[in-house]
Amino acid sequence: MPNTRLVYRHRWPVRVMHWINVVCLFVLLGSGLQIFNAHPSLYWGQRSDPGKAVFSLQGGVDAQGAPRGTTRIGSHAFDTTGVLGASKVNGQWRSRGFPAWATIPGPGWLAMGRRWHFFFAWLFVVNGIAYVGWSLFSRHLARDLVPTRSDWRGFGRSVVDHLRFRHPEGAEAARYNILQRLAYLVAIFVFGGGIVLMGIAMSPRMDAVLHWLVDLVGGRQSARTIHFIIAVAFVAFVLVHVFEVLVSGPLNQLRGMVTGWYRIRDEREVTRHD
Amino acid sequence: MTDRRHFLRNTLLALGGATLAGCDRISESDTGARVLESAEAVTRRVQRFLSPSRALAKEYAESDISPVFKPNGTTMPDTPLYQSLLRGGFSDYRLEVDGLVARPARLSLEELKALGSRTQITRHDCVEGWSAIGKWTGTPLAAVLDHVGPTDAARYVVFHCFDTYDEDTPYYESIDLDEARHPQTLLAHALNSKPLPVANGAPLRLRVERQLGYKHAKYLRRIEVVASFADIGEGNGGYWEDNGYEWYAGI
Repeated sequence: MPNTRLVYRHRWPVRVMHWINVVCLFVLLGSGLQIFNAHPSLYWGQRSDPGKAVFSLQGGVDAQGAPRGTTRIGSHAFDTTGVLGASKVNGQWRSRGFPAWATIPGPGWLAMGRRWHFFFAWLFVVNGIAYVGWSLFSRHLARDLVPTRSDWRGFGRSVVDHLRFRHPEGAEAARYNILQRLAYLVAIFVFGGGIVLMGIAMSPRMDAVLHWLVDLVGGRQSARTIHFIIAVAFVAFVLVHVFEVLVSGPLNQLRGMVTGWYRIRDEREVTRHD
Repeated sequence: MTDRRHFLRNTLLALGGATLAGCDRISESDTGARVLESAEAVTRRVQRFLSPSRALAKEYAESDISPVFKPNGTTMPDTPLYQSLLRGGFSDYRLEVDGLVARPARLSLEELKALGSRTQITRHDCVEGWSAIGKWTGTPLAAVLDHVGPTDAARYVVFHCFDTYDEDTPYYESIDLDEARHPQTLLAHALNSKPLPVANGAPLRLRVERQLGYKHAKYLRRIEVVASFADIGEGNGGYWEDNGYEWYAGI
């Protein structure tokens, strides 16, 4: 590799907390879907009146007696047999919201799903608080995440670059671009903070002191729905995040987040040899 | 490039599958379950710190009441004792209150009502995820405790129920004295201004508003004040607790 050099891109607390977060989000998603499966419908408001679901995954049988999974969003119904609403567990058809390959544990087991969820929820919260605290203290937040004025000026160009899967490889690659900064800020504060708050808003004990928050979002069932929507948003974030890693040199990116060292093109070298 | 993509995809799928299988193995191991269960104590302590023990659950307006209050779990206890009480309109019903108390009692519904009354419109949150709002009228448990006088050794209140699960496992529940003396903790005999329907726990059920639905034991037969619930059922403080659910059901 001619004219490249390694730069120290991610400090160790970022790396450690990033990977803790990977484990947390993986388990929280799987166990969250397990918990969702206990009542695979979402509502708006305080209550969950039958027939008033805004989203549901229902299992049943069709006219021929064959298993049928139906996903309902508002008044629209979709046949999602095999994946959502009805799927096979160990070769047996079951009515279940999300399939066994997406839930922790695999088979229907609400009690254990809750155990996983709350254990890793605490880890996620502690990790998140540690991350925000460290980011403020070390100025990681101010220096690396909050966009500068020149970042904002490059917004349009950055969008075009991303759409063309063109990634900076020189000194620019050593710092986060504007879309990265915005994506990370939203993921950390809007998604991370929001999903924890909506989780807490579902707690009957915490509602005794936080009913203003529950009312603010429209009710306890609204909080449950928002909790679910943010989980979907996290999945979307992770898909885009992993996609960007794959198209911008996955091994280099992976080394960056494991060892901290990231290889960039050395533009000084390039100009010298030009 | 396609080879590498294939390799990456297959690696990710294999890793994901192995991780999920690993999670299932952890779930089934004693150590794994014990580690995961340690979160319950953290939740209990943090929630009690952030939400004071006297804080009241939100009370709603009449217009917020659910059209139907969804019954869950047992909806008709089939034990002969319960069936005969039901046939008699619960006129022979007596709630036994005993254990670590100065004055054990057997209370009829009328005697219970004479001890005090509170009506509250609250939201019921099931562990499954659904919520219903209902208007409950009942005797504050604190008044019943004052009537029988718990001894100094008393720490928990155990609720023994008429209904059974899995053929012959009686339903039971327990809460600590702090929760038992909370002003909204009721022995409810009415739902939405009508006598408690059988499906919702007639003649008497517990309301413990800041915890999940399974704590709200229905079909109360006997209340026992204890120092420890280790010797009751399988020792975890309740039927669902014996089946892996949290004793502290604040979330």
